[in-house]
Amino acid sequence: MSITRIYGLFLRHFYLITRSFPRILDLVYWPSIQITLWGFISNFFATHTTYYNNAVGVILTCAILYDFLFRTSIGFNMLFLEEIWSRNFTNLFIAPMRIGEILTSLVITALIRSLIGLVPAILLTSPLFGISILDLGIFLFFLFLSLYIFGITLGILVSSGLLRFGPSFENIAWSTMFLLAPFGCIYYPIETLPEIFQKIAYVLPLVYIFEEARNILINQTVNVQNVYYAFMWNAFYFSLSIILFYYSFSAAKNKGTLINMGE
Amino acid sequence: MKNLIEVQNIKKNYGKKEAVKGISFNVEEDEILGLLGPNGSGKTTTIGMLLGLLKPTSGQIFINNLKLEENRIQILEMINFISPYIELPKKLTVKQNLYVYSKLYKVKNIKERIEYLSEKLRIGELLNSITGELSSGQKNRVSLAKALVNEPKVLLLDEPTASLDPEVGDFVRTFLEDYKKEKKISILLASHNMNEVTRLCKSVLMMKNGEIIDQGKPEDLITKHGRTNLEEVFLKLSRSKSEYN
Repeated sequence: MSITRIYGLFLRHFYLITRSFPRILDLVYWPSIQITLWGFISNFFATHTTYYNNAVGVILTCAILYDFLFRTSIGFNMLFLEEIWSRNFTNLFIAPMRIGEILTSLVITALIRSLIGLVPAILLTSPLFGISILDLGIFLFFLFLSLYIFGITLGILVSSGLLRFGPSFENIAWSTMFLLAPFGCIYYPIETLPEIFQKIAYVLPLVYIFEEARNILINQTVNVQNVYYAFMWNAFYFSLSIILFYYSFSAAKNKGTLINMGE
Repeated sequence: MKNLIEVQNIKKNYGKKEAVKGISFNVEEDEILGLLGPNGSGKTTTIGMLLGLLKPTSGQIFINNLKLEENRIQILEMINFISPYIELPKKLTVKQNLYVYSKLYKVKNIKERIEYLSEKLRIGELLNSITGELSSGQKNRVSLAKALVNEPKVLLLDEPTASLDPEVGDFVRTFLEDYKKEKKISILLASHNMNEVTRLCKSVLMMKNGEIIDQGKPEDLITKHGRTNLEEVFLKLSRSKSEYN
């Protein structure tokens, strides 16, 4: 692994973001709107339901966590799609970069992209709704880390599809998170799901993360097992995504997708 | 002279379709080899295999005596490619693009390298311009600068002067001639511009339907086929069915 190359690819995206005010605005705008909207919904539920009345910020906290996951995943996909849209894909893959270097660079860049959107949104919640996500304590870090890994995993899986099937796979890039969201139990306990959906939800890390966030905020207790299961499933899916990416790269070399990738 | 590119009986099949049917050729140090053929003859597929973007179905490729299959990264460090069908990130400035690619190729003395290429390719005034806002002639010179940023031993050119006006086209050809002479690099040139090929290439390969149907020095091919220029030879070979298929 070469730090210079990883830094080089990071710079390519850093320049792209910092050169364009609309891009920065776009990164900040949607999370802030999302959090504001869910803040009002959260306030409404807090005053009208018994389930949430002990923890005003449950929905809002989960909305922030979900948004971080969403931004990480979409951010990773965007980085890959940027290369296709700019017809720079071939230049990138004829540069002497290892797959691991490309992935590492995109993983770091995706984190920075997500944080650019997330930090202002978190800062908004306190003055607007009197809520601090820091109430989750030290476990906030583990929940964010777990979401980050899963977001990256989804990004790598979608990028594998883009490598294998070309730009026609782009629409899937936008829809993966929406497909998984109902199973993630972001805003409701897992018992809300039909039994068959619960079985699917239990093999995803999301349910453990959001159940634990609610558990900490509502019951003021920590269930380490939830965090453990989240990391266990993350390790499984992350490994799977890396294997699939290498497989897709090899398949793309056989099929010729790398040459013809472009709009 | 040492062979910098050695292609040994490479084939590429897409399912049942044979895109390249077992071709072999060498490119020596300080040589420009022309790769000619009608659309769909297998030129781009061949270049794709040389760049490691495509895996040959069979056969072997050696660059500077290193087997491509086993030394992909090491080989990519010493080759580069230019084509009008690929572009540099449009939103970045020229300087940013050259800096990024210098990092990807682990170029030492990046500043000096960019200054050298800027002067040679007359892009000094463009360094702070947005790449996407350049004219096609300017983009071409910037892409060439990117392709030379790593001081490649082997340069693959796919229609490097397509869509350029005659003045810029001539500038690029003269630059390539001088640069090859100065650095002793090998160049594989795929082009439909027969005047360009005649001027630049020591020898040419004529491809059709995935096969090399003829090869030799441009002047020898013209004599052999009883024509007055390479374009006529190209037309004869690409239209011929019985003799070469």
